Amino acid sequence: MDLDLDERTRQFRDEVASWLAANVPDKPMDSFDSAAGFAQHREWEAQLADARLSAVSWPEEFGGRDCSLLEWVIFEEEYYAAGAPLRVNQNGIFMLAPTLFSHGTPEQRRRILPKMARSEEVWAQAWSEPEAGSDIAALRSTATRTDGGWLLSGQKTWSSRAAFADKAFGLFRSDPDSDISPAAHPPRTPPKDRHRGMTYLMFDLHADGVRVRPIEQLDGEPGFAEIFLDNVFVPDADVIGEPGGGWRVAMTTANNERGLSLRSPGRFLAAADRLLELWRRDGDPADTALASRVADAWIGARAYQLYTFGTVTRLADGGELGPESSVNKLFWSRLDVELHETALDVLGAQGELRGEWLDGWLFSLSGPIYGGTDQIQRTTVAERLLGLPRGAR
Amino acid sequence: MRFALSAQHIEFARSINGLLREAGTPAVIRAWAAGEHASGLALWRRLAEVGVTALAVPEQHGGLGADPVDLAVAFETMGYHAMPGPIVESIAVLPALLAPDDALAGRWLPGIADGSSIATVAMAPHVPYALDADVADIRLQVTDSGLAEFTPAAVPLDSVDAARRLYEVMGRRAISRRETAADAAFDHGVLACAAQLLGLGQRLLDDSVEYAKQRNQYGNPIGSYQAIKHLLADVATQLELARPLLHGAAVALAGDAATTSRDVSAAKVACGDAGYLAARTALQVHGAIGYTAEHDLGRWLTKARALRSAWGTPAFHRARVLDALMAERAS
Repeated sequence: MDLDLDERTRQFRDEVASWLAANVPDKPMDSFDSAAGFAQHREWEAQLADARLSAVSWPEEFGGRDCSLLEWVIFEEEYYAAGAPLRVNQNGIFMLAPTLFSHGTPEQRRRILPKMARSEEVWAQAWSEPEAGSDIAALRSTATRTDGGWLLSGQKTWSSRAAFADKAFGLFRSDPDSDISPAAHPPRTPPKDRHRGMTYLMFDLHADGVRVRPIEQLDGEPGFAEIFLDNVFVPDADVIGEPGGGWRVAMTTANNERGLSLRSPGRFLAAADRLLELWRRDGDPADTALASRVADAWIGARAYQLYTFGTVTRLADGGELGPESSVNKLFWSRLDVELHETALDVLGAQGELRGEWLDGWLFSLSGPIYGGTDQIQRTTVAERLLGLPRGAR
Repeated sequence: MRFALSAQHIEFARSINGLLREAGTPAVIRAWAAGEHASGLALWRRLAEVGVTALAVPEQHGGLGADPVDLAVAFETMGYHAMPGPIVESIAVLPALLAPDDALAGRWLPGIADGSSIATVAMAPHVPYALDADVADIRLQVTDSGLAEFTPAAVPLDSVDAARRLYEVMGRRAISRRETAADAAFDHGVLACAAQLLGLGQRLLDDSVEYAKQRNQYGNPIGSYQAIKHLLADVATQLELARPLLHGAAVALAGDAATTSRDVSAAKVACGDAGYLAARTALQVHGAIGYTAEHDLGRWLTKARALRSAWGTPAFHRARVLDALMAERAS
């Protein structure tokens, strides 16, 4: 058991660190949820791609570096330690791409991934619907068979990045008989049937019949949007996996989101590091209660880092990410909120002013909600990790 | 990097686990608490036979010279079974304490390794009392000026954990003014205590899950209700994220890393919090039956409470973590 980096990983880490030191802009960019910031972040992604650093864990043929999971974790540590911009295309790179690697066709990978790597195409996710939030299997948007493809109709909501993105991916009900939402059928339909008849599709946000209505978030920026779809044509080539088999495909994405890829330890280590610097500068050492919370923030970030090293080792040995991804999400979502709350409390009366820490705190508040609420994750941990019996939802 | 227990670690844990499960620690714990040590000492000898007491003793003194990861594995498993006795002091602390003193190490460590000797160690201010000084034949106090042997008080103090028989340090006789490895010994104690807390917490969680599957109310197992599920999921999450800190601290201690104190303190904070949350949650899930003296849950719960403050309080360890981090930034 050890924590030593091998020579190749150390070299990679050093290369990444020096590239970032030379290239990360001094001045923070505007939020990628504003029009100007979105454009800035798109340019940054192209710059990253030129250095083959936008998707390091992908195969080389798609613009990656074939990095191991460990190298990816190390890349992320360096990336956030350098204060580099947030990833505008994370829905694509960290959610859709792993899905394409597991379930996509070679043609889809060749067509989609290189443009994704350069953020020539930025992706939004389109999971939730007004009546399908935590209960995503209750979704009602439809995909109807037509010549050479499908016609999408319905409404998606809380779609991250959709205000400015180019494309989106999500689940649609392709078998009308499988609609078991309470409005369609009496309840008590066996749960297994709920996951039939859904298809995983990618679609163009600028296609005919698509209307995007941005929604302002707590920070005042349109970080997500509603998407209205009215007979939007999607070719067969943009179905991922088998028609009707979308649930299983989506579960891959969900595990990627909750598990390793969406929130790598690097983010929290960097935030904890900034908190320590804030404490060193502005903290009152006599305030032992607050000092304890600063210590806890670092301990939490370190725990998450080591936990991830353990996961990386297990996956390298051929293990799989199972319900542990829910453990993962429960931990970091709480850590993120507490870390930022602590920073605001260290800032004292300055804490209410808009700035990096306040924006980070606002963002952290979404963590326990998106990607499956913490309540859903707790139920998953209890049933799938601890083996407690299923009960009413 | 391979940040996972090896097959040998896992096999070692399994063998200790099997031994302790077979012995049935609840009865041993109750006897120990009443001052009847025979069954506990028999179990101690069994642990010696599989090498547990020899782990940290150097090979030249009859030990295995194993690294702190093995210690962490052994103490988590002993914590899982709430093994009574001065295991931290004898198995983790004393070998580290005597490492720089060949004469004392040669005198005492062979007996520790083979299980014929039992040690207790007091280290004020964090370890003011001597655990189970009545069964220990080696009784040491670490002082500012070195090492002293002592005579314990005639009767133990009352600990919340009745199986922790704590003795005040009375008549003292200095035996060495030479430098001891007090800091390293303390860190070994902290690591072992953290591992015990993690094991206690894991057992409390496992037993609570079992109970929640069996116990029916309103026509269903209580474990099918989200109120119970979510409590237990929080415990599982805290334990799962505390374990890597424990193993990380063991790796640091093994490599004598500059961050060792920081890392063992972080492990103690996380394992203490997780173990204690497990204890509180276990009692809530068990309800009134868990509150009875007859039910074994209380043996685990009271030990979790006691160990949370043993070998440094949570506040002490948080401060130590933060001090270390601030010192790293200053340098």
